[in-house]
Amino acid sequence: MIRLSTEPFEPGAELTAFCAGRTESGAVASFVGIARADAGQTTALELEAYPGFTEVEIGRTAETASERFSLHDVLIVHRHGQIAPGEPIVLVATAAAHRREAFEACDYLMDYLKSRAPFWKKEHGPAGARWVEPTARDLDDIARWD
Amino acid sequence: MRVLLFGRLGDLAGWRQRSFDPAPVSLAALKALLAGEDGALGAALRGPGVQAAVDKTIVRGEVALAGADEVAFLPPMSGG
Repeated sequence: MIRLSTEPFEPGAELTAFCAGRTESGAVASFVGIARADAGQTTALELEAYPGFTEVEIGRTAETASERFSLHDVLIVHRHGQIAPGEPIVLVATAAAHRREAFEACDYLMDYLKSRAPFWKKEHGPAGARWVEPTARDLDDIARWD
Repeated sequence: MRVLLFGRLGDLAGWRQRSFDPAPVSLAALKALLAGEDGALGAALRGPGVQAAVDKTIVRGEVALAGADEVAFLPPMSGG
């Protein structure tokens, strides 16, 4: 399931619900991305999504990951709007029969979200605001899977 | 037809959504129209990594806009 939210979410509760009732998935891996304060240099993050497009694009990649890593299920919760330092931005959880597939799929999906998912991220700080684009490292990370 | 600008493109232009009636006939015509009004926006739309989506589908190269309801210009993306 793919969900975009303008409200804060609770990763623990999401993960508990995702794990509930699984009798065939031997492995659930998860990743939580949290907004960094960067020692006061970032006072808020602003994430822009394209409703109706962003969820569909992420869903397409989740399907690719499901096939590639033989997943039983995927959960992606992603914030947009204003986000304060310390708040979760993204949760990715993957369920598979065994741990290797679950770990790798989680890693793959996060690399995709950092550089190819339709979000635009602006950092606000004491020096003003700036749009963040994928770093060289983000691009190297996603290229590992091509 | 609606035109949407995301990320830094919206800040640069000073708008994020506008309607055009009649709709430009092609993506090239739309870009030329926008560049004629705002040279900086025109240059940014031709910049590296800027993609266009017509009715929420990414398009590559030149396309006609007959029947299109929405065109979005998407600068390089960054989530997570």
